[in-house]
Parts: sequence; C-alpha cells; structure tokens
Amino acid sequence: MSASDHSPAAVLPGRVAFPHRHLTGIGGLQPHEITFLLDESEQWIEANRARAKNDRRLDGVTQINAFFENSTRTLLSFEIAGKRLGADVVNMGVGQSSVKKGETLIDTAVTLNAMRADVIVIRHGSSGAVQLIADKVDCPVLNAGDGSHEHPTQALLDALTIRRRRGSIAGQRVVICGDVLHSRVARSNMLALASLAAEVRVVGPSTLMPAAVEQMAVTRFTDFDAALDGADVVMMLRLQNERMSGAFIPSTREYHRRYGLTPERLALAKPDALVMHPGPMNRGVEITSSVADMPGRSAITEQVEMGVAVRMACLDVLTRRARGVEGWA
Amino acid sequence: MTTAFVNATLVCPDGGKRQGNLLVEGDCIMRVGDFDAPVGAAIVDCRGRMLAPAIVDLGVFAIDKPACLAGGIVRVGLMPDQSPILDDPGIVQRAADMGKPELWVHPIAAATRALAGIDLAEMAINQEAGARAVATGRGWIADSGVMRRVLAYAADIGLTVVAHPEDAGLAAGAVATEGETATRLGLRAAPAIAESLAIARDLMLAGETGAALHFRQVTTAKGFDLIRAARARGVRVTCGISPGHLLLSDIAMNDFRTFAHLSPPLRSEDDRRAALAALADGTIDVLTSSHDPRGPEEKRLPFADSAPGMSGAETLLPLGLGMVHDGTITIERLFALLARNPARILGLDTGTLAAGQPADLILVDPNIGAQIVADRMVGRAGNTPFDGLPVQGRVKMVMKGGSILA
Repeated sequence: MSASDHSPAAVLPGRVAFPHRHLTGIGGLQPHEITFLLDESEQWIEANRARAKNDRRLDGVTQINAFFENSTRTLLSFEIAGKRLGADVVNMGVGQSSVKKGETLIDTAVTLNAMRADVIVIRHGSSGAVQLIADKVDCPVLNAGDGSHEHPTQALLDALTIRRRRGSIAGQRVVICGDVLHSRVARSNMLALASLAAEVRVVGPSTLMPAAVEQMAVTRFTDFDAALDGADVVMMLRLQNERMSGAFIPSTREYHRRYGLTPERLALAKPDALVMHPGPMNRGVEITSSVADMPGRSAITEQVEMGVAVRMACLDVLTRRARGVEGWA
Repeated sequence: MTTAFVNATLVCPDGGKRQGNLLVEGDCIMRVGDFDAPVGAAIVDCRGRMLAPAIVDLGVFAIDKPACLAGGIVRVGLMPDQSPILDDPGIVQRAADMGKPELWVHPIAAATRALAGIDLAEMAINQEAGARAVATGRGWIADSGVMRRVLAYAADIGLTVVAHPEDAGLAAGAVATEGETATRLGLRAAPAIAESLAIARDLMLAGETGAALHFRQVTTAKGFDLIRAARARGVRVTCGISPGHLLLSDIAMNDFRTFAHLSPPLRSEDDRRAALAALADGTIDVLTSSHDPRGPEEKRLPFADSAPGMSGAETLLPLGLGMVHDGTITIERLFALLARNPARILGLDTGTLAAGQPADLILVDPNIGAQIVADRMVGRAGNTPFDGLPVQGRVKMVMKGGSILA
C-alpha cells in the first residue's frame, strides 16, 4: 500500500491523527499526517463553493496574521480562511525594515502571546524565524513561509490539487522547475510529495540548485526537456529576482530559453500533464501565457482555491485542542 | 615565596607523563622531578592528580577572565576584531594590560588597517606595543597582492600571520556549509572548498615569502591535506581547531540551534572525522577555544541573523580530556595542543614544565564527572553548543606566575 492510500482519519481518532502543536513545516510530518490534513481540507472545498460560506466553529478565536515579509496572496488566503470559520482575524503587517532583527522578533512573539492570540500565522524572511516564535508562545503557530526554509500550506494545497486532478499522489512523476535554491515552496513540496510516494524531479540551472538536493529523495536534472519525459505534473517556480544578490543566471531571456515552459516543451510531458505555479507568475519568463492559461491543463487558479480550503483545515485542526473538541482536548 | 607541588602526576608536552614533584620559586618553575621539598616551602599535595602547564588559548575574541580561569587558561592570544580594532599601538598596548595579573593578554594585531584588507597596518610599531602576531581577523584578505605583502612584511619582522581561510567570494552571506542540513533548513550555505581554496592560495604565498603562517581554524579534509603537503615541502605553516569542529558536524544546526552557528560553519561528518585524524596524526598544532561569548541579544534570533561564535573557554579542557579518554590523543599531546604549541607560535617562553619557565600551572583531576550546563557557566555568556553534555575532568587549581588564583 502506498503512503497516499492510507485512510488515517478513519483509523486514527482525534489528536492521534495529528499530534503536532504547530505547523512549522512538512519536515517532521508522517505521511498519514499529511494525508489527514488533505482529507480534512476536502470538506472545505465544497463549502467554499456554496453560496453561504460561513462556518462558526472558530467563533471567539483570535487569529493573528503576523507577516514580517510582504505577501498579498497568502495573507488574503489566510484571512479569508479564518473569517469563513468565524475567527476574529487581525492582520499585522510589519515592514521588513521596522522589525527584522534583535530581540524585537522575540518581543513581538511575547507581545502576541500576552494578547492571548489563539493561533498565529507567521511569514518571515529568515529561515527558522517561525520556529523561534513557536518556541516562545503558548498558542499554535502556522508557518506561512520562512525564508528559504518551508511553506507547508503551499505544499499541502499543491498536493491536494494533484490528488484531486490526478486521482492519487503516489506514483505521479512531478517535475519542479526553477529557482529551487531560494524556494521554500520547492522544499516543502519535495518533502510532501516524496513522503506521499510521488516521483519528484527537480530541474534548474546548477546555480539555482541546493547542493544536497538529492538527499531529499528527489532526482536532479539540469536539462528541462529530459526532466519532462513522462511527467504527470509540471510545477513551475517563480524566478525570485529579489532573492538573488549575485549572478545566478546570465539573463531572463536565456533562462526562458532553457527553463521557460512553452507549449512545445509541455508537449514533452504526458499529454494530460498538469501545469502548476504557486504564483505570482513572471509571464514570459518561467512560463508563457498560453501555457499558464491553458484550459484543462493549467491548475493555477485551482491551486489558489485549494489554498483557502487547506488553510481552513489547518486552522481548524490546530485549534481543536484549545477549543475542547472531543478527542483533541 | 617557594611552593612545592608534591605527589603530582606531571604532564609535560616535552617531558612526558611521570610521577614527581615541582618546585616554584617566585614566579618561575625552579625544579621538576624527584626531589625533596625544601624546608620552608609551602607544600601543595597533589594527591596523584595531574600538574600540567596552564593553557595558552590562541585566538579568542573576548577577554573573559572568569571563563578563562575556570577553564585553566592563563594566557590568551586576543584576535584583533575588537572595538576598536587592534591596529594602533595605543590600543594594542591597552589590550595587553587589560587582564593582568591573573590573565595575560597577548594581542594579535590587525595585519591591515581596520582589518579592511587594503593597507598594511603598522606591524612593527604594534609589535613594540606588545603584539605577538598579526591576523586577518574574522575575514579573508581577498586581494592576493595585499596578502602577499602582509606575509612578506610580517616575515621581515618575525611575526606569524594568523589567517582566516575562507574564500570570501564563495562564503559571502553563508551561515552554513553546503549539505543536506543546510538544504533542508533553507540556510544560505557555502561549499567546504571555500576553505581549501583560501588555504591553497595562502600556502603558496607563504611558501614564496618564507613567512610563518598560522590558520586559526582548519576544518576540512582537503584543508588538512594541503597543509600536510605544504609542510612536506618546507612551508612554515601551523593550524588550529576548536572542539566544536572536532566534536560536532552540521547536523548540530538542526532545529535552527543558533548556539551551533559558528565561523567557519560546522562541516560534514566526513570532514569532522578528517579533523579528528588530523588531530591524532599531528597535522593540527593548536586546540583553541575560539572563545566568543554571545548573549541572547545576538543568539536568540533567526539562525541567519544570529552572530556566529561559541563560548568555549570553560569547556576547552574538559572537551580536550574527552579526546584523551576516548583514545584519540595522548595527554601529552593534548597539552602540546593547549600550551606548548600556541606559546611557540606567539613566541612565548612557556607551555611546558621546564625549569626557568614562568610558573603558569594547572592542577587537574581528569576523572571528576561533570556536565556542561549553559545556564551555569561563569563566563560572560553561556552560548555553548555542548549544553547538557557529560564530561570528565576539572581544573582544581590555577597558578599564574607563581600566584595561586583559583
């Protein structure tokens, strides 16, 4: 039986199904725990498509979205997720310049704690910052992206998208292409998809590839065309120009020529291969518009939709203990 | 004042390990061996415990007297990375006087002005002010022309150059060594060859200029190989290492433990094993604490934002004794690494139990069990990656220049 064929929700009750206090990353999660979160997310997809979207289970819960790094999409997704569950959502946008270093981060954590937040969602530009805060507060902490480390809800929403579109994750050949070196999305996806028994291929120039990436149970390619052979899913990463302080690539023009996903290149994958992108996209750089908008093939807007469902599930699961839900208290 | 240490296990890097007595008169060692204590001498019965030369810690970043005395260190080679930087004779002289009489500070002056790697500092004047060596500090001199001139000039005046071997182009912004841990944690990492590349260049320049070159920390297998080869062809090179790089690999950074954020960063397990082999086979000359106390303001931060460095003075000897207990090195070799060799590099006439040398001694019980506890360290900060580690061995007494300090 492959990892993704587990049906743990039926087997493992309450906290046994997901014993973690925080969600700081995919690393450290068992395959059945990932599957549990995906199963929990499923119920919210239909709920979100209904006209009346409100569920009051997080009534009285204070959710603070502390974003130390700019983000519109993820912040919005978490805000909508919390509000649809009835939580009191507070967004704390902290400019990168005003709060970045020193005790300030710990002070912020202590302050949030003193304000009796019930769940804190954090995005930060430094790898490990979320863990640092999680160690200092009493309530669950959800990682909305920390540096180049992890972005677990993105990986969960990607996995959910793949599972729904392809029927399963186990055995799928997933190609992740682009700036893997700087990408927290890639790290979380490699961990989640490999854990759920997908065959993961990473591709990009060596200058944008972490040194020991093969040790994360993935296969490394530099030739995009070769990597695409037999691919079920092609996941493109944004070329993160803002993270590049040196000469990582000669030009975006050359990058597009070698790693841009064009219709011709997509033809090297399976005929029904899924196209994914965590957004925002650099159209014409890592992906052409004709591929990004390709009906039936592109799952990019669906990923956004799954994002809200996954975040609702994570907020619900992580606050169950505090809410005294049976089996979790 | 005459003090006789009797019933001691004498441990000397030159004389070996043997039972005997040691006589101190004034501030010097007068006699060592089998003799009767003279009438009127104060008697210290060592009860079989080890009497060894006090530690000379080459390459610390802070003057931390309590930590040093707790660790059996009576002399430190102070790195130039201070505030202000040790590049001016007044500052050098002041640093040299800061710890006396308990702790003697031997300044290692900046090799270039403000450690900027551009203009030569006043090495000879700083030498007159008390500098015992010159150093590139925490950084590498990227300009090969400047480094060549630093080595040539230092050779002219008989000063050793203490270099930090890490190619700045490869290591810029990195807080970890490339490998699985750095990849998983998403930390900016540099390849381990950043070290060997820098070593290779500096060895070639040292060979050409005839300078004495000391690498404060060498931590990679390739680096040790280069040093072995250079020595074989006559290059005057020595190197050191701290217990952190001998006993920990990059796995210690898991969970973003900033106490394991060191400079150079912790290496792979293969490199760590190579370092242990280099310690055993004599390639490594110096065991240093690299003492760099950092409080929570600098360590309780996201890993990449935290300051590198560990508080090491108190734990240097117990961790070194651990390597004796497990058979990696002999006790005589340990004290060559801790006392004799660093003293020679700094041009100090100390570090052994020879008659005529300063009476800088420590009495050690190598078998007392203890635990390293960060919160209970007596130094300026408890930033040790060895928190919770059980160790064996403790300093029972410290003598500096004939005076018993602790």
